[in-house]
Amino acid sequence: MPKYDVVIIGAGITGAMLSWKLSQYQLRTAIIEKENDVAEGATMANSAVIHVGYDPEEGTLKGELNVKGALQYPSICEKLHCAFRQTGAWIAACGAEEEAHLDLLAARADKRNIPYRWRSREEALAEEPNLSDQVTRVLDFYTTGVIYPWEVAEACIESAIGNGTELYLNAPCQHIERIGGGWRIDTPAGSFETAYVINAAGVHAEDIHAMVAESKWHSTPRKGEYYVLDDDTQPVKHIIFPVPSKEKGKGVLAIPTVHCDTLIGPNSDYLEDPDDVGTTDDGLAYVRNNIAKTLKNIPLNRSIRTFAGNRPTTTSPDFIIEEVEGAPHFIDAASIESPGIASSPAIADYIIEILSRSMKLERNENADMSRKKPPIIAEMTPEERQAQIAADPAFAKIICRCNQISEGEIVACIRKPCGARSVKGIRKRLGPGMGRCQGGFCEPKVVQILARELGISPLEVLYDGTGSNILQSENRI
Amino acid sequence: MSEMKKVQAVIIGGGSAGLSAAVTLKRCGIEDVLVLEKDEEPGGILEQCIHNGFGLQTFKEQLSGPAYAERYIRMAEEENVKILLNTTVTKLTADRVIEYRNAEEGIVQVQADAVILAVGCYERPRGGINITGSRPAGIYTAGQAQRYLNIDGYMAGKRVFILGSGDIGLIMARRMTLEGAKVIGVAELMPYSNGLPRNMKQCLEDFGIPLYLSHTVTEVFGKDRLERIEMAAVDANRNPIPGSEQYFDVDTLLLSVGLIPENSLADAAGIRMDPATKGPIVDDRYMTSAEGIFACGNGLHVHDLVDYVSLQAARAAEGAADYLKNGRCGGELRSIVNGDQVSYCVPARFSPDAPVEKLTVYFRVRTPLESGTLTVRAGDKIIRQVKKRKLLPSVMEEAVLLGKDLAGLTEDITVEITEVQQ
Repeated sequence: MPKYDVVIIGAGITGAMLSWKLSQYQLRTAIIEKENDVAEGATMANSAVIHVGYDPEEGTLKGELNVKGALQYPSICEKLHCAFRQTGAWIAACGAEEEAHLDLLAARADKRNIPYRWRSREEALAEEPNLSDQVTRVLDFYTTGVIYPWEVAEACIESAIGNGTELYLNAPCQHIERIGGGWRIDTPAGSFETAYVINAAGVHAEDIHAMVAESKWHSTPRKGEYYVLDDDTQPVKHIIFPVPSKEKGKGVLAIPTVHCDTLIGPNSDYLEDPDDVGTTDDGLAYVRNNIAKTLKNIPLNRSIRTFAGNRPTTTSPDFIIEEVEGAPHFIDAASIESPGIASSPAIADYIIEILSRSMKLERNENADMSRKKPPIIAEMTPEERQAQIAADPAFAKIICRCNQISEGEIVACIRKPCGARSVKGIRKRLGPGMGRCQGGFCEPKVVQILARELGISPLEVLYDGTGSNILQSENRI
Repeated sequence: MSEMKKVQAVIIGGGSAGLSAAVTLKRCGIEDVLVLEKDEEPGGILEQCIHNGFGLQTFKEQLSGPAYAERYIRMAEEENVKILLNTTVTKLTADRVIEYRNAEEGIVQVQADAVILAVGCYERPRGGINITGSRPAGIYTAGQAQRYLNIDGYMAGKRVFILGSGDIGLIMARRMTLEGAKVIGVAELMPYSNGLPRNMKQCLEDFGIPLYLSHTVTEVFGKDRLERIEMAAVDANRNPIPGSEQYFDVDTLLLSVGLIPENSLADAAGIRMDPATKGPIVDDRYMTSAEGIFACGNGLHVHDLVDYVSLQAARAAEGAADYLKNGRCGGELRSIVNGDQVSYCVPARFSPDAPVEKLTVYFRVRTPLESGTLTVRAGDKIIRQVKKRKLLPSVMEEAVLLGKDLAGLTEDITVEITEVQQ
């Protein structure tokens, strides 16, 4: 009998959410991830919006799972101590033709029981003074929220690990072979024998699929580029969308994030290399030019950062969530493009439903579906703060002065399950280096803490992935 | 919370400005002085500046950064200045309540009669400029690479390109070359250098490192570690010129593209800021818009030489001592306005009712000028006029004004430079 019941390939939001939901059953589950941290791909860089589900076409899996998934987010985020900010999403129409399209979206929302309200130009302007002069009417999907997708993925995996799920990093899948009773997956981190395989490899899902069967769909990853505006600008209170179109998708948005900065983007460009996440002049110019349709006075000169993320788009217009023909118990979760993050809880349910057809799922009565809240000084009451510092004085030693993050918080995020292993890993978990100096002062200190905690030389400390060493050699003295 | 501690004067920051201010306060007879320093040692950024050239003005000799700092640390010891190390100030209010944290005391609130901000500055990061491309390791601010090398003992890379001709970048070009790295070049967006002339000579020319004026880095390449950069020439509007791209294979890019006063505490306290310096607006006694809160050092405006930091911090401390002894003096303040060719003035306010005896106004020119006439005027009345030669934006200039000339003025004064044609 294979060692594992389920091996999930890929620790993005799809794999993470599935591993978390599977961890409530008596199963032996492993997640294998090719990078040295979780959620390094599409989950890491996107719009972070929990779309409520008015956009996907009728009769699609996307439509069904988007609506069901989005409804689960507020309670999931509460359980896992993750941020969920219900900002509301405004679709801003410019002129009669676009207003007619809003009517179609509203009709679709009615069918799916998605709440909304209308706002005239005047009503909208009173709340969002930076709407452009062309905007004539707004459709407000007020239950829409934003999350920090990376945080949710990491929290899911941390909770799953607490329930016995195993996580293997630096484990790119090199070869998959059919064995008696299941599959064997070979990686540099070892071989994994399992009854079921879930292919949640994001932009690389086709490569994984091709290891077991010929693919009927093809990967066509698309890149989206964004500006991040400083948190003191806050040009919008709601997510502002243009009216969506078949050709351009959801268009260029303005998104207030859970961290109170603002994202402006994305563009949408087909990519040759699915791992190319560089920003481009053309991509950013597209964002600049197109945000002007719905908004004015957007202070792009107050951008603190730009970034690009890749979406695992394929030739299939819908999500592909199915057992692969000719490869029993090998299940694809592919083409999970937008609204993949919003849909992911329902995608997990859908996969579990597929598994339950051939596998007995028994609840683990000891499973704890919550996650221990990480100690974050800024979120504590003054009494909690004093108590935390009294227990461990390292919580009073501030390393990141922009965001006032202490050594105690950094050490805790290295030591916890699914802990940080790189400078960027700490940045994603806590935010040092996300502030105005962007790590100018704190990075050298973070390098020292990582070296000490991991028992390695500073020369071995990574910025991000393997090969991203920050320091090259000792000096001559 | 227990009863709030009271302190006469709190100095936020124990670097060159904070130490000079502390020593001066003590010498002015202020007994109860507390310096709060976030690092393990006093001295601030000087500790990583191991090159020579500090102290020519103050001590009439060439010292390294740590040696310069050592002199002030010794003076502070002699004056019995109390310095709390590993202590970060997390809050400041306009009525001078300070919250700080350290491992020994936890979170502490202090009520100060006077506060001197000596918080220093930070380096403009990559996000503050437009470089497209990937996000690999190998891109550092110059000061960050300097810290890795001079404090931690590690080289950041072997083949180096530097964007920006700021002084730290120039110093690092020489330092990394001496450590065995190959520095391929320095690109400067402006048509003139932003570093001190002596650093241009000693750090680039002496080592044959090319300086590309009116050029910038437009894109970086490399997945995990930097592999390559794209440099382009820029037009008069500083936009890259298509077709002018050149590529360099490097593993390291240092950014030396400007220093910005660190002002989050002052901002949160509602202190009025000068958009030109990005530091607080101060009057002739270095008091900010919040009564009893003073500012000095690179947190006030970025200086070229530490000697001026020490000097100005001493002025701020004299202002604070005066305030502690006599309360706020003078009536309404007047402005010192940036005239032609002047990008900022510090101080930017003065008190015509009770002017200081001698007021040194520090300013910078907008563009390089071979020769110019400095004129300080109040309306039609010329207060001071003097010829200046070789004016550079990278070199801080000064206008010395006498209190008697400022007394009783009923209007703002303007500092301007008129170019003198050769």
